[in-house]
Amino acid sequence: MVEGTILRADVRYGRGAFVLEARFELRSDWTVLFGPSGAGKTTLLRIVSGLIAPDRGRISLEQRVLVDTDTRLSVAPGRRGIGFVTQQAALFPHLTAQANVAFGLQSLTDDRLEARVGEMLQLFDAESLADRKPDRLSGGEKQRVALARALAPQPALLLLDEPFAALDAAARSAIAESLRASGVPVLYVSHDLADAWQMNVDAIVLEAGRIEAQGPARDVLAPYRERVLEQLGMERSVRA
Amino acid sequence: MDLQALALTLRLAVVTTALLLVIAVPVAYWIAFSGSRLRALVEAVSTLPLLLPPTVLGFYLLVLLGPRTPFGRAWIQLTGHPLAFSFTGLVVGSVIYSFPFAVQPLVAGFSGVDTALLEQARLLGASRLRLLRAVLLPLTARSVLTAAVLCFTHTVGEFGVVLMIGGDIPGATRTLSISIYDQVQDFAYTQANRTALVLVVISVAALVLLYSRRRHGLSEARHG
Repeated sequence: MVEGTILRADVRYGRGAFVLEARFELRSDWTVLFGPSGAGKTTLLRIVSGLIAPDRGRISLEQRVLVDTDTRLSVAPGRRGIGFVTQQAALFPHLTAQANVAFGLQSLTDDRLEARVGEMLQLFDAESLADRKPDRLSGGEKQRVALARALAPQPALLLLDEPFAALDAAARSAIAESLRASGVPVLYVSHDLADAWQMNVDAIVLEAGRIEAQGPARDVLAPYRERVLEQLGMERSVRA
Repeated sequence: MDLQALALTLRLAVVTTALLLVIAVPVAYWIAFSGSRLRALVEAVSTLPLLLPPTVLGFYLLVLLGPRTPFGRAWIQLTGHPLAFSFTGLVVGSVIYSFPFAVQPLVAGFSGVDTALLEQARLLGASRLRLLRAVLLPLTARSVLTAAVLCFTHTVGEFGVVLMIGGDIPGATRTLSISIYDQVQDFAYTQANRTALVLVVISVAALVLLYSRRRHGLSEARHG
């Protein structure tokens, strides 16, 4: 379990029809970000990762300021120490799985790079996929390689934007185990309330660009209890 | 058959193509990804040689490269001879004349790359140079090949710009297309026919290479 605040963010982005105004802290090593479609979840993750800049605000990761619009500070995405995996996986199609995992490890010597790539592929049970290119990987295999690639440079935080939406429960559970074993804190966008309820993690609820609630999932998601039970019931009937 | 002209034409096409790829890749990258207001202007200027009559372009270049402009005078001071009516002058003219043929396929190729891949490269710490070398160029290899083939064949067949800038100096500026013109002027139709056939063969061979590589790529994508 991580101690202290991992990430602190207070940002504003957009104008007109969509405005995102989010102020939150990550204190748990696994936080789920909930919200309906169009609430701004993906935008929030993209701002934290550095792919888009907030109009104003401040973001700090483990005491290190990444963005401060007052001082015009904005650390480049590749220097933030943040990994980001989306549903799309976005593996480089011309590279093998191991070359994809090695992509962010340019500063390592050959020996250390090889060792780190092997370690990451092993963590996600993907050693047998090392020499395959993405067009020869299934959806679940692609996600495992994408996660190995994102974690290889040892980020301080991993952002996940529904990367397991297309996977079955068993595959999701196996990947979640690997992620927990990595020890890297995770901020995870999901529509699946039952996941967070069962895992008993922290949750943030984002609606119409505003943080409506944050804290332990079972407290935060209490108003959504009916939906959770419905999702759990659906999952059981699918399993049956 | 004017072998000297053939050798000169091939040398001009190879040098022009190589230079164009080096110059056009960063320009195409900038056009494809820049949010600058100058983008439309740069795109327009880079496309201009496609629309200008070759003789007009050749005339302006002849004036620009000649001893009456500061650039032309500086070149003469630096090298001891004028750019016009030299092989180097032909290269400069060919590079400008074929510039759109290099830039446009590259811009199309770069713009077609999935932005999610570019974002992942940025998140993984890739510099612009590495993004270009390790992601964009391998993924757009067919666009690079298209640009190279178009520049090569366009340069092999160019006439107006070459005649205006280079004139007709055997061994220095007389290319195959100038050679055909000379042969026709001399009523040597059989020779002109042979020379023209060589140009046709070079162009067809280059295009067959391009389309066979494209088909190979499609087949790989289908069975991959």
